[in-house]
Amino acid sequence: MSPKKPFFWVLVAVIAVFLVPVLTNNVSLRESLLLAAIYIILTSNLNLMIGFTGYVNFGNIVFFGLGGYIGLYLVTAGGLPLVAAAALAGAAVGAIALVLGLGILRLRGAYFALATIGIVEAIQAFVANFEPWGGATGLYLSFQAYQALGGPREALWTVYLLLVAVMGLSLFLCYAVKNSRFGLALFAIREDEDTAAVLGVRTPLYKATAYSLSGILPAMAGALFFFKQGVIQPEQAFDLTLSTEAIVMLMLGGQGTVTGAALGAFLYEQFRGILLTSTVFSSFQLVIAGALLLVTVLFMPGGLMGWLHRRWPRLRKVLE
Amino acid sequence: MSALLEVTGLCKHFGGLRAVDEVSFTVEEGEILGLIGPNGAGKSTLFNLITGVMPPSGGRVRLAGTDITGWPPYRVVRSGLARTHQIVRPLNDMTVLDNCTVGACFGSETLGLSQARRVAGEILELVALADCRHRLASSLTIAGKKRLEVARALCARPKLLLLDEVLAGLNPTEVGRMIQVFRALRKGGIAIVMIEHLMQAVMNLSDRVVVLNFGRKIAEGRPHEVATDAGVVEAYLGDPHIAARLTGPVSDGATP
Ligand SMILES: Nc1ncnc2c1ncn2[C@@H]1O[C@H](COP(=O)(O)OP(=O)(O)OP(=O)(O)O)[C@@H](O)[C@H]1O
Ligand SMILES: [Mg+2]
Repeated sequence: MSPKKPFFWVLVAVIAVFLVPVLTNNVSLRESLLLAAIYIILTSNLNLMIGFTGYVNFGNIVFFGLGGYIGLYLVTAGGLPLVAAAALAGAAVGAIALVLGLGILRLRGAYFALATIGIVEAIQAFVANFEPWGGATGLYLSFQAYQALGGPREALWTVYLLLVAVMGLSLFLCYAVKNSRFGLALFAIREDEDTAAVLGVRTPLYKATAYSLSGILPAMAGALFFFKQGVIQPEQAFDLTLSTEAIVMLMLGGQGTVTGAALGAFLYEQFRGILLTSTVFSSFQLVIAGALLLVTVLFMPGGLMGWLHRRWPRLRKVLE
Repeated sequence: MSALLEVTGLCKHFGGLRAVDEVSFTVEEGEILGLIGPNGAGKSTLFNLITGVMPPSGGRVRLAGTDITGWPPYRVVRSGLARTHQIVRPLNDMTVLDNCTVGACFGSETLGLSQARRVAGEILELVALADCRHRLASSLTIAGKKRLEVARALCARPKLLLLDEVLAGLNPTEVGRMIQVFRALRKGGIAIVMIEHLMQAVMNLSDRVVVLNFGRKIAEGRPHEVATDAGVVEAYLGDPHIAARLTGPVSDGATP
């Protein structure tokens, strides 16, 4: 990617925004943007499946949770440095997803969507009974783990910067796939899978590759996030609510577009922040998310970015 | 030297229905073979079996000597056999150019994106769709979508092209233009099997004609032989006098 492409500058601008808390040493802003970064990572990678390939993955959170477990296990039991543990977690989850994808992607439409929910339940049940990972009580990080990064305070900043990097990679991945031969094949599958095969696209492999690819960066994000938390437990790691919220964010921002996915995630995080501080709405977060999804799908099927693109067609080239 | 396509004893049963029943035929290099028969005769099903869209109940398909029976569609097209669909299947939310680029990327040669775009552009010129290249495929007229089917298949740079009723629903001018495309393809050495109800076009373009009825092959031969065959006239053509008119000389773009 060269500075001549508008997307390069979009990416630079997004990362610049996320560096503001570092420059101003603002911890509460950092916490808010950390969550936004995670949402953007989840949503962008989910976009590879829903927006590009046309397969609704309700279980996208599995990648995040598994990555968290593998990462924390490698740090606690293996004594690996955080970055190595996160990278290995990404690779491991990508490999698992490839094998899993070759199997479950034989299913289509609603059957696939149901299977992905089943996977969340199955893996959560497995992990809750898996002793090396602490079973239902989970894995805890010892205080010493933070010393390697120069103490807890510094560790939080390091984790934040690493998450921003993973977010940048997620956006770049979406962009690169969208403008590649591989991405063209995924779009063909989204439009009509049987026709894609007749045109020469090796559909089973391409779908599984997309599924696998969509798992790597969320897994790394999971490893980083749960390292920051210092603890990982089955219910938090495999939270179907967050999985569903990622779908809401994607639809809101505009599935199939790189910047739309990020915009939806960012706005949702801001919006959620407002709701959580309001006493009236804090317990209705999911109800509101559901209503938001309904309104988007009914009145703005292309999401915010789709609407912007239709309003100003020239924007298509700038905000891909 | 074996034939380009060799179909032997191909069968497809849907429950009790024998949609394709022990059909055998060959296609030679650079030849145009017409495939005709009444509605429901099993012509489209035969294409589906040859291209791997559905597995046959029995029989074999050989392409240039290689047994391709039961291969998945993406492997078949890579080995040089492309097809169109009777009911058009554009990739709706993609541009006309992208539709064709998919065909070019994953065809008989594996091409990179920019090279595939160039091939797709050339083929769109050939079928006179170049002006629509940046439009969404869903916005084309039915005639445009038929041409897109042909263009997309051609982008795979096949040795053999299976055309399923690409002339149906086109007006005489469009039929004429499409026939010219087919003639150009034949000159370029591409063999064609065409399913067509437009008798005059089939009879004039084809080197040989195969007739199906209730899944069985009931006749095969040169166009005028088939058109005068008593069995074919009874099963399909209806009026014996029609034969003389069908095989007479026509101009491109003649109405049936
Ligand atoms: N997937 C299927 N399942 C069950 N029956 C089928 C299937 N596909 C085709 N058939 C049946 O097989 C027979 C042959 O159908 P086919 O579409 O091959 O005919 P055709 O010769 O192409 O007819 P047309 O000229 O109308 O296109 C028909 O009776 C049809 O109903
Ligand atoms: Mg048919």
